[in-house]
Amino acid sequence: MDRSRTRCSTQSESDVIKKTLAMAALSATLVSGVAQAASRDYISIVGSSTVYPFATVVAEQFGRKTRFKTPKIESTGSGGGMKLFCAGVGIETPDITNASRRMKKSEQQKCFDNGVKGITEVKIGYDGIVVANSRKAPRLHLTRRDLFLALARKVPGPDGKLIDNPYKNWKDVDAKLPNEPIEVLGPPPTSGTRDAFEELAMGAGAKTFPDLAKLRKSKDPAEIRALMKKLGIPESAFNKKGKKVFKAVAYAIREDGAYIEAGENDNLIVQKLEANPQALGIFGFSFLDQNADKIQGSFIDGEAPTFDNIAEGKYPVSRPLFFYVKKAHVGKVPGIPEYIAEFTSEDAWGDEGYLADKGLIPMPEEEREKYRNIARNLVQMPNL
Amino acid sequence: MSSGNSVSPSFEKVQASLARRYARERRFRAMGLGAILLGLSFVAILFITIIGNGYTAFWQTYIRLPVYLDPQVIDPQGTRDPEVIRQASFRKLVRQPLREMFREVKGRRDKRLLYKLLSDDAPHEVQQRVIDDPSLIGRKVELWLLADDEVDMLVKGHIPRETLLEGRKAKLVGWVDRLQAEGRIEKRFNVPFFTRGDSREPEQAGIAGAAAGSFYTLLVTLLLSFPIGVAAAIYLEEFAPKNRLTDLIEVNINNLAAVPSIVFGLLGLAVFINWFGLPRSAPLVGGLVLTLMTLPTIIIAGRAALKSVPPSIREAALGIGASHMQTVTHHVLPLALPGMLTGAIIGMAQALGETAPLLMIGMVAFIVDIPQGPLDPATVLPVQIYLWADSPERAFVERTSAAIMVLLAFLIAMNALAIVLRRRFERRW
Repeated sequence: MDRSRTRCSTQSESDVIKKTLAMAALSATLVSGVAQAASRDYISIVGSSTVYPFATVVAEQFGRKTRFKTPKIESTGSGGGMKLFCAGVGIETPDITNASRRMKKSEQQKCFDNGVKGITEVKIGYDGIVVANSRKAPRLHLTRRDLFLALARKVPGPDGKLIDNPYKNWKDVDAKLPNEPIEVLGPPPTSGTRDAFEELAMGAGAKTFPDLAKLRKSKDPAEIRALMKKLGIPESAFNKKGKKVFKAVAYAIREDGAYIEAGENDNLIVQKLEANPQALGIFGFSFLDQNADKIQGSFIDGEAPTFDNIAEGKYPVSRPLFFYVKKAHVGKVPGIPEYIAEFTSEDAWGDEGYLADKGLIPMPEEEREKYRNIARNLVQMPNL
Repeated sequence: MSSGNSVSPSFEKVQASLARRYARERRFRAMGLGAILLGLSFVAILFITIIGNGYTAFWQTYIRLPVYLDPQVIDPQGTRDPEVIRQASFRKLVRQPLREMFREVKGRRDKRLLYKLLSDDAPHEVQQRVIDDPSLIGRKVELWLLADDEVDMLVKGHIPRETLLEGRKAKLVGWVDRLQAEGRIEKRFNVPFFTRGDSREPEQAGIAGAAAGSFYTLLVTLLLSFPIGVAAAIYLEEFAPKNRLTDLIEVNINNLAAVPSIVFGLLGLAVFINWFGLPRSAPLVGGLVLTLMTLPTIIIAGRAALKSVPPSIREAALGIGASHMQTVTHHVLPLALPGMLTGAIIGMAQALGETAPLLMIGMVAFIVDIPQGPLDPATVLPVQIYLWADSPERAFVERTSAAIMVLLAFLIAMNALAIVLRRRFERRW
């Protein structure tokens, strides 16, 4: 029996092997067939989760109004989108990437290195970043200096030297603020919202300290070294551009528990704020707009985060939003010029367009005109 | 003979410890029961919150308006050609009754707000009705039109009136009240939720696209993982020699079953997309990745099922002259199949709820068109839930819960099927 078993098993082994080979061949033909058939007939878009709610509305309108398929939009974050976008030219790479900040020089370089030479940059409007709390708590009147002092890792101490942030209570930051512990929920470092908040709120707050402001402007190594000594910044942080040293100080958010990274999900922050009236949260304006019954936006430098204030440029913490088009794909993937036309139409990004309804803050009319021309003529973006 | 009146000392000992031992058993039972009750109460809380949040999504607010289907606008030549009707602007026709009803509304801004009572989709709905029945042209018909999501939230009471009254859409409340008083607002069963793809307008968003994506993904997974898994299980259990190599394979399979699914996603990105050049976001790739993920489950379940077939069956078959192959295909496999199917269904249920590996291969995306095949870009049900949960519009809260309910229904159905199959066909020895 033993022998028969081995014989049988060798026979069926060869059977199995034959089947495996057949299957491998089958899947190989399937794969090659797919690779040949893969000419894309829809636009592929990646990028910022902040621009995602706006781009998706445009995509939907575009899909409905034209004979083209509705574009596919992935929410990958600004940085993730740039990485995919700059990976090369070809239908397996995205045609457009959205960003809640400008493309960085290093990213543009990577694009060029990978053969993505023709890029059009289109600014689409502004987004306000709000600092909000539960409606159960009193509304706060903050300044950007308060935000810097409350959230930076190092702040100027009594003798002007930088010390580890000692403030645990809003009252310590400014006597006019309530007697509440500092507890702020905000986005993680991968988020474009965080980048913008660091630059627009923390950076601006840091500039109110004369030494830090001088450091930011300075390009003279001797002066930078002197300022660094005065501020108590270690030698090792030296850079011949004072701005870089300044950024390392001003944009660093404390990690002692007062600032809590709450993930990219802004709805989650809203829920947590509702449950904890002491806490403040940092997120995009559209979430404040939709949850006005639960949360209120703090005044910053005397301005409330309202649609009109942001549009008029009065509210200080707002940032531009962009998308980038890969020119090599125009004509290869159907519908790209039409999609751009839809995005840059007055119906979409105008003062009373449907994007404004979704919380995008429109650009002034001349700026819209400028970017409409750039977009429709696919003007190459400047070298950064 | 020992004295009859005194009981034996060991019996006394037992007597003395009896109460303590009973108490210990009672405590143990109570703890077990407590654990089960705790688990059940968590499940109950989960179900209650999800159903409580989501059941309203199955009804949607509609507004009844008398729409005059003006032939001058729709089809001036009277051709009744669907192509001509498709070109016509129905937006004006739909707005006309609102303008007439609310004559006091003046100013551009207020008028725009007034038109916001209706969904963007209302004109398309009317258009479709007219294309289906061109005889309506020229008549004034009372039509139920889809309301905007904000109106819907107000009618359902998900946005308190007071907060809306404070905001820039304060006038909306009065208009909705008036429409309600005239009996022009009604909640109807939400058919679009089951027939449409995703949308950024909550009132138009449906789960059909995600459900189709899940279907194609699971189809690919099933077609690949079941035959491969069963073949691997049979080979390892019935034919493979027992040596170091097969031991190593066994350990590896058991390990693979415990690998976090995101790792399979990365593998899928590297192999299927970057190397084979398969399209991003396609159910085919999703199915391939999920196949890798479910294969170990199916192999392990399959081997367990084969092991449970008594050796006497094999020996009897071999004894009357069947070849080894015949023994397996004619006798062992039919008996083991119910157990294998159960394993496969549980593996599929796992795959249905998976999002992490799909993140890497681009299936976490906004896709409006319902996929028509495994090569079209698609998303799946759990991803749809994630995307809606992350959307700012308030009306997506109830839709998220409703989508969770649909997903749970699928999972329960699949698990129930597994139980039925087991009850029906499994043989105990």
